[in-house]
Amino acid sequence: MKYLLFSLTALATASPVLAADDASAASGANGNAFNPAISIILNGQYAHHSLDPDNYTRAGFPLAGEGGPGVRGLSLGESEVSLAASIDEKFYGQLTVAAESEDGEDHFGIEEAFIDTTALPEGFTLRAGRFFSNIGYLNSHHAHTDKFSDRPLAYQAFLGGQFGDDGVQLRWVAPTDLFVELGGEAFRGQNFPSAGAGHAGVGATTLFAHVGGDVGVENSWLAGVSMLRSKTARAEDGFSGVNKLYMTDVTWKWAPQGNTKDGGIQLRGEYFIDDRAGAFSDPAAPQLDQPWVGKRYGWYVEGVYRINRIWEAGYRYDQLQADNDGPFASSFDPRRHSAMLTWRNSEFSLVRLQISRDRPNPVDTDTAVTLQVQTALGAHGAHKF
Amino acid sequence: MRNRFLSALLLTLFALPAVAKLQVFACEPEWGSLLQELAGDRIDVSVATTALQDVHQIDARPSLIARMRKADLLVCTGADLEVGWLPQLIQQSGNHAVADGPGNFMAVSQVTTLEKPTHLDRAAGDVHPQGNPHFQLDPYRVLKVASGLSARLAQLDAGNAAIYQQRFADFTTRWQAAIKRWEQKAAPLKSRKIIVHHASWVYLNQWLGLAQIGALEPKPGVPPTSAHLSGLIGTAKSGAAYAIITAAYQDQKPAQWLSQRTGVPAVVLPYTVGGDAQAKDLFGLFDSTIDRLLAAVK
Repeated sequence: MKYLLFSLTALATASPVLAADDASAASGANGNAFNPAISIILNGQYAHHSLDPDNYTRAGFPLAGEGGPGVRGLSLGESEVSLAASIDEKFYGQLTVAAESEDGEDHFGIEEAFIDTTALPEGFTLRAGRFFSNIGYLNSHHAHTDKFSDRPLAYQAFLGGQFGDDGVQLRWVAPTDLFVELGGEAFRGQNFPSAGAGHAGVGATTLFAHVGGDVGVENSWLAGVSMLRSKTARAEDGFSGVNKLYMTDVTWKWAPQGNTKDGGIQLRGEYFIDDRAGAFSDPAAPQLDQPWVGKRYGWYVEGVYRINRIWEAGYRYDQLQADNDGPFASSFDPRRHSAMLTWRNSEFSLVRLQISRDRPNPVDTDTAVTLQVQTALGAHGAHKF
Repeated sequence: MRNRFLSALLLTLFALPAVAKLQVFACEPEWGSLLQELAGDRIDVSVATTALQDVHQIDARPSLIARMRKADLLVCTGADLEVGWLPQLIQQSGNHAVADGPGNFMAVSQVTTLEKPTHLDRAAGDVHPQGNPHFQLDPYRVLKVASGLSARLAQLDAGNAAIYQQRFADFTTRWQAAIKRWEQKAAPLKSRKIIVHHASWVYLNQWLGLAQIGALEPKPGVPPTSAHLSGLIGTAKSGAAYAIITAAYQDQKPAQWLSQRTGVPAVVLPYTVGGDAQAKDLFGLFDSTIDRLLAAVK
């Protein structure tokens, strides 16, 4: 009732107010005035690996997507150009093109290209196009907002680094004091862990729920549960069948006076259960099928200490747990320790040193040292929590 | 029986929103305090930040998204001050009523800004294309914002329009009397030279006639470096600075370092409502600011 009255009075009196606002805002009325906001991320790195990345194998977990260690030496890391703008009064659009070098070849790809509705009532938002799924915590975050220079092992093993595909998403935020966000997605099912675009091109579906809030002024938290279910045909890891991935994530941030940019601690953990029911066919010998039924697990915890506006230090522990039988049976659990130190000149540039010790299988140890430079040019994108 | 229960339920569901108060999301404490002056208990105000937080850099926390979801009106400074978090809150909350139009009130739309850059380059630090957004310490601009905000409240909540008008008239009378008092009291501050932490005081300087001769930040938003601070020792001494000004939310170490080496007193100002015990509301904020500036005069 109030909303109805509200919009009627708004209609009756809105025009003078809007006119006043417009006069102050539309100063640059030339041909470029409606150009989208452009934001560019440039990322370069030097990486030392004691184990040759070509000889890297992970016990129980075939490498898929961007699931392995990065390249040795100097390289252009993942760099991207993002364009975003309101389309009209009902839609907002965003396009992100990412560039990456692999084996001396440059790859350009449409990382995200989606539209969001901006006019649905009652806290609903519909998204359509290509985008990163909202499952888990890190998945919907672009890599340049990560605190470490690579993704946790569980993301690498179960999502090929990050899961995105062509699809639609419906999201709803509850009108409550506690932050409650519920949603679901339907994807084409082309990208790892899915493949083959099953169900006539609606091969993967997700459900997610996130809740969060504050404890006093200095503490805030976010927690979630999510699920990704895909009908998969000949995925990169040789799997065909139905795979379900369950994820749960918890983030806790503390900062003196809640002033997060001058100090504080951030703790995060995510836990994955990968449940497969199907068959494995070796890409090298596709005629030899064998059943692949069972569960695998993965988790990580990370803590980041913001020393002051300039320095940040962090530690992360990753672990995976392989299946005891099936095509990738292993009794060894891959694990990794990582420590990082970040120097920030401003919000727009940082230099990060990361040292990690990875035990991917019972025989090998990969000690990696990564020096990363990351910069943001152009529009000032606001970051998620 | 069931019918009566159903109609009672329907009544509750649809009648409740009709009596609900206007829900206002204020980005900064100064606008929270102004809303309190202009609307009292006729609205529910939720203030997103405190005087001890740097409003340039706030996390888009889940609790803020939840509060944004329920807001009928958003009252913020604008001029890109909140660009690092506000767009994220609006987008994630799915509450498009406050994205633009009557539900979106940016204080900057009511005033003219200083330091509007003619050339935009991030090499110049954290510059705001629409000018310096820290205008809450100019009481004349605050009054202009109050006028626009009062009209907006009346527009969105027509039932209480008369009350908002009456409260604005009352606020104006008290505020104008206070301005006279502050200006008389602050007369000894005229032409005094100050060094500031961040360029957040240009409006206060213009109002009281203070002269800024240096800043602890080498460029706006860039943290003080030891080389830059060393260079300021000479500036403070030769320029005869009378005080080094910082806001309550800022790191006080650089100002103390410079104060120890130059003998120029470091003065911590509340900067916004809640920045010290005296700055309980907008009136207290100006009282405290002027008292603290005067206390440093030898």
